[in-house]
Order: sequence, then C-alpha cells, then structure tokens
Amino acid sequence: MKYMMLIHQGDSPTPLTPEKWAALPAEEQARIGADYQAINQTPGVQPGVGLQLPETATTVRVADGQTLTTDGPFVETKEALGGYFIFEADDLDAAIELAARVPAARLGGAVEIRPVQEW
Amino acid sequence: MVDGPAEAFRQEWGRVLAALIGILGDFELAEEAAQEAFATAAERWPREGVPSNPANWLVTTGRNRAIDALRRRRVLAEKTRLLAAEAEEATEMDVDRAIPDERLELLFTCCHPALATEAQVALTLRTLGGLSTAEIARAFLVPEPTMAQRLVRAKAKIKAAGIPFRVPPDHLLPERMAAVTATIYLIFNEGYGGRGELAGEAIRLGGALTELMPDEPEAHGLLALMLLLEARRAARTSPAGEIVLLADQDRRLYDAAAVAAGRVALERALALRGRGPYVVQAAIASLHAEEPRDWEQIAALYAELTRLTDSPVVELNRAVATAEAYGPATGLALIERIDGLDSYRYLHSARGELLARIGRTEDARAAFERALDLIDDEAEHRLIARKLRDLSP
Repeated sequence: MKYMMLIHQGDSPTPLTPEKWAALPAEEQARIGADYQAINQTPGVQPGVGLQLPETATTVRVADGQTLTTDGPFVETKEALGGYFIFEADDLDAAIELAARVPAARLGGAVEIRPVQEW
Repeated sequence: MVDGPAEAFRQEWGRVLAALIGILGDFELAEEAAQEAFATAAERWPREGVPSNPANWLVTTGRNRAIDALRRRRVLAEKTRLLAAEAEEATEMDVDRAIPDERLELLFTCCHPALATEAQVALTLRTLGGLSTAEIARAFLVPEPTMAQRLVRAKAKIKAAGIPFRVPPDHLLPERMAAVTATIYLIFNEGYGGRGELAGEAIRLGGALTELMPDEPEAHGLLALMLLLEARRAARTSPAGEIVLLADQDRRLYDAAAVAAGRVALERALALRGRGPYVVQAAIASLHAEEPRDWEQIAALYAELTRLTDSPVVELNRAVATAEAYGPATGLALIERIDGLDSYRYLHSARGELLARIGRTEDARAAFERALDLIDDEAEHRLIARKLRDLSP
C-alpha cells in the first residue's frame, strides 16, 4: 500500500513561526529536526516537501469560465496542509505507527493518512 | 452436530466468513461467497444430508464460487489466473484438513480504530454475529439503507486504506484489545437497555473471544461482567414495566445459571491475575448478586475502578456504594466533589436520594427536579417523579 502522509501543523511551533519556535528549549528543537530526518530515512518513505505558511496560500476557482482568485488556503488557516511525504508500507498499522512519530502530531497538529489511488 | 442450514448459519457464519476473507483477502467478495455457500447448503443439505464437516464444506464451496465469480468478471486478470490455478489443486478439497479459525483476525479488523465506532459495531454484528443488515438496522433504530451504506463504507475503507486482517503484534495488542472489548460491551449495552437479542449476541461474541484468547484476563472479565448483568434482567423491571433499583430487586428472579457461569468466568480472569477494568466491574457485579451485599468491598472495588478509568461516572458509583457502606453523609461528600457531570441525570438522582436520607428535603427536591429535566426515558421519569412525590412536604 502507498500512503500520502499529510502533515497539518495546527498550532505546533515550526521554524516558520519564529516566536513560538524560539520558545522551545534548544534540545526540543534539535529533537524535532532529528525526528523529521529519521522519518525521511525510514525505509519506504519518499520524502516530500514542507510548505510555507498557509497565510501565503492563494486559492483559485473557476466559475462560468471566470477565474476567481482569493487570498488564503481552501480550508481554514489552522487546518491547512503544512507538508507531506509518501510512505509505502504493508498496511495501515505501519502508517499509523509512522504518523505517530511525526513531531507535528504531538505538538498540537495532526497527520492525515490518505491511501494513494493506484491503478 | 448441526441440524440444518439455519442452525449451521448461526454457528458457522463468522468462522466461514473469516476463513474466506483470509483466503480471498477481500471483505465484499468473501461475504458474497459466504452467502452463496450458505444458499447452496440450504438447497442441498436437506436433500443430500449435512456433510461431515459443515464448515469446511461451506468454505470450500464459497471459495470455488468466488473464483467462478472472479473468472466471470474478468477483472484483475492476473489475480484471476492465480486463483484459478490454486482452485484446480483445491477443488477436491481438503475436507478433512482443519480450516484455520480466523475469527480473531476478523474481530480485530472489524474493531480497528481507523473505523468509526458505529461502523465497528455494525461490522462486528454483521460479520461475526451473522446478523442481517435489516436486523442490525432494527436494533439501532436506523433505516435499513442507512445501515447498508454504513457497512458498505466500512468494508470499502478496510480495503482502500489497507486495514490489516491479522491479530495485532504485541506492542499494539493492549490498545487494540481494549477496542475489541469496548465494541462488544457497547453491543451488550445496546441490548441491556431492552433489545435482549443484542445482549445475547454480545455474550456469544464475548464467549468466542475467551475461546480465541484463553489467556487474556480482560476477555474473561468482560464475559463475566455481561453474564452477571444479564442474570438480573428479569429482576430489573416490574411486571408493570417500572424500573426496580438494584437494592430493591428480588434476587429469586436472578438467572442462577447465568450468575454461576459469570462467576466461573470471573474466577478464570482472577486466576490469570486479571486486575483490569472489566475484571473489577465483574467482581462488583458478582458481589451485587450476593445476600447480604458487602458494600464496603463494593466501595473499595469502585475506588480501584476510579483509579483505573479516571471516570467521574465510576466515581459517582463509588459515592453511592460508600453511602451504603458508611452512611449517606459520607457518600454525599464524595458526590459534591465530582466534576464534569452536571448534565448527567444519575448524578442528580443519586444526590437527591442521599439528600433525602439525611433530611435535606428542599435540596433533595431541587436535585430530583434537575434529574427530571435531564431524563428522556419514560420509566426513569416515572421512577424519579415517584421519589419526588414521596419526599415529605
């Protein structure tokens, strides 16, 4: 099975939110970095990308041939996607275990596991 | 020995379906196959006699039907060819070889935390209990198409999301075991409220769980608890349909066989050094079946249960038991310390009861009135209204 692991930062501190990030003890910052690195090195993981803050998002819709452009993400800002990676695993249990290791999941965010459509 | 297809259906459905899912790796396909196998049995067994090993016969027949169906559909061409090759070897089947019992795998799959609780319950009843979609819909008071859709969605998620068909590895087992026991107990409680067929079904599932996990104390604890509670069914309501409180119940109405069976299961759980929440609750239920009741012991067990569950509802039960053991004022003091149950009707009815006993009639009246506001069950409403009338003016 191939899963897309969608990381929602929620309220969790990241280097993109310098004030909250600075409030974390240095060893916690280091641990978060190391955890993400370990995930990227886990067999079956295809690292994805991190995204800039949802405030930088632009949402586009087309209605009656007209392009409508709005500021901000499609979902609520605090529910917006922060990053993703792909994980190829035997089953959902393996994906759940890996998701639980994503720092955002323990810091106020969450990880959504979505099976990838395969033909 | 099996009397005929109807009896075989109840006894064998879960096992046959579990085996077919194990073989075919697909819930939907396996369920269709099982249905066809049972339909074929219904047609043939009365004429040709029941085979010596009904479960094997049903699994073999179901598997062959599934392979035929796959072949006819001509989808997943590779898989079909693979299955066809296997089928040729196996058509003569293995009538004597034991089919592995995969009901436990099935149970853990149905109770996987990635499924919504209501889906877990419906799926467990459908697959292991062999209840029809219509029966499950009736039991949960939802329209049949709603229940059918719930089941279809759950099966689709199992397949699409890759929920494994297996007994979880040791490091996941405690958490997943808790999900399984919670699902069975939820089914039991649906039935405890009146729909007796569900309570019986939950007890059957609990019995199967103890067979499948004989060394798991909480499985025995759950079975013991359900049996001991179910034993009181006849005593819980008066002939007029009024609720009879535990303290007023006529123990002669308790089902002695169920009490005895519950205590056997409890002994087993304790022998396995079980100290989990179901074991403790079963121990409490067992004490309630004794005369006179050992309220001190019951209060102590509730204290233990509060420690295990950190639940204010359990703490309320402890307060009530404490009131019986050490007097209403002591129990009331515990109730007043409970947080977060202000909209829980039993908190107010219990509080009213204890206030009445220590003569704080006006406070008791207010508490009973608050309880009445929160109750929507008619029999409960009548019970509290009666207590309110009985308060001395």
